[in-house]
Amino acid sequence: MLLQVENIHKRYGTAEVLKGVSLNVVAGQSKVIMGPSGTGKSTLLRCINHLTPPDQGRVLVEGVEITSANLNKMREKLAFVFQDFNLFTHLRAVDNVAVGPRKIRGMNKVAARDLAMRELERVGMVERAEAYPAELSGGQQQRVSIARALAMEPKVILFDEPTSALDPELTGEVVAVMKQLASDGMTMLVVSHEIGFARQAADEIIFMDGGHILEQGPPEQLFASPQHERTRQFLSRIGEGGAGA
Amino acid sequence: MSEFLEFGAEHLPYILEGLPITLGLWALAMAIGALFGLLLAWARLYGNKLIYGAATAYVEIFRGTPMLVQMLFIYLGLPEIGIVFDPFTAAVIAIGLNTSAYQAEYFRGAIRSIPRGQLQAARAMGMSQFQGLRWIILPQALRRVIPQWSNEAILELKYTSIAYAIGVSELTARAEKIGYETFMFFEVFMLLALIYIVLTGTVAQILQFLEKRTAIPGL
Repeated sequence: MLLQVENIHKRYGTAEVLKGVSLNVVAGQSKVIMGPSGTGKSTLLRCINHLTPPDQGRVLVEGVEITSANLNKMREKLAFVFQDFNLFTHLRAVDNVAVGPRKIRGMNKVAARDLAMRELERVGMVERAEAYPAELSGGQQQRVSIARALAMEPKVILFDEPTSALDPELTGEVVAVMKQLASDGMTMLVVSHEIGFARQAADEIIFMDGGHILEQGPPEQLFASPQHERTRQFLSRIGEGGAGA
Repeated sequence: MSEFLEFGAEHLPYILEGLPITLGLWALAMAIGALFGLLLAWARLYGNKLIYGAATAYVEIFRGTPMLVQMLFIYLGLPEIGIVFDPFTAAVIAIGLNTSAYQAEYFRGAIRSIPRGQLQAARAMGMSQFQGLRWIILPQALRRVIPQWSNEAILELKYTSIAYAIGVSELTARAEKIGYETFMFFEVFMLLALIYIVLTGTVAQILQFLEKRTAIPGL
């Protein structure tokens, strides 16, 4: 098991956002987490790499608990792609990708740049390698941020609503890159309502509601015959399946 | 006018011997101010309660009292408890500590203006807090702080004239000396003002050039 998430609890003040969430991801799998907003999906992702430390529960990567050793070292294995990209404003696209390998992995300048160009190639952004983030569209910025994640050669990439800050016409290019990664065998845990990606690239859909996992299963099964009324309602609201909600 | 030029030609060389002193005071004080200022900004942003409190008290004390008083205290007050500085050193310390309190606030504001998400992205990649600040936040904050820092640099360049009060032989002290020798105070202080105008104008130009050179779209 590549990623094990066990019994994560998180509370903000009196609101319990996560009420004991467990899930596993096998190497090469991609799983998509869906559910109504405010249901703890993003919090769960942030708890997994301890950007938000959970109140309770464990996260294991390749069987090693991520807080047991050097958290920074463990985070290299868990790349994170943010909803609003968070590219580094002062660095050109290629340097956004190279800065991690250079400063964290200690690569020399030339090797880091070569690696960065290869990763930009993977996301179709080589032509804009010398552009600053402010000179790129949202979709392009998100593709660069995916390249930045790839350059750390992580075991898993966590995607936190990677397309929801994008104009509708720009989501396609990002989804295409993500599909390609999934078919290349990258292990991915994705919070997203992108039905196209979920249908074609996900091995499993996890449906969350009210801080719990309500149900999970292969996309064809979950979309065609959801077990819970809440799932049905949600799917029909985002325009998918849910025979009669 | 020709009298003024003659006066200038005669006394300018003597006054300008104070130029290296003025510039030395200024450069050393600004360097101390930048270094301490960054540390103070760090302390106020990321320090625990004790460190935050100490840094805040420092900033308030140095911003809330006149620089001349600080300088006199360091030069005349500290010897009473056995700490003795020559006038130049005392002036550098006073101006440096004073400007560090102001620079700290400029640095703090600039650091806070960088979107938090970028530090989170750095941490998520596996950077330590220090690496994130060093490689991601600081390069951006330093660019953003240049306009305010330029104002502060020009202000401090003028403030070096206070050092004349403790006997540092910088531009103002030398001009005053010429004044008392010639009793041509009008001419000598006009001349001195001209020298300061050229200095501050040059520094402003250089810093503006630096700002343009380091500019990045979107920052």
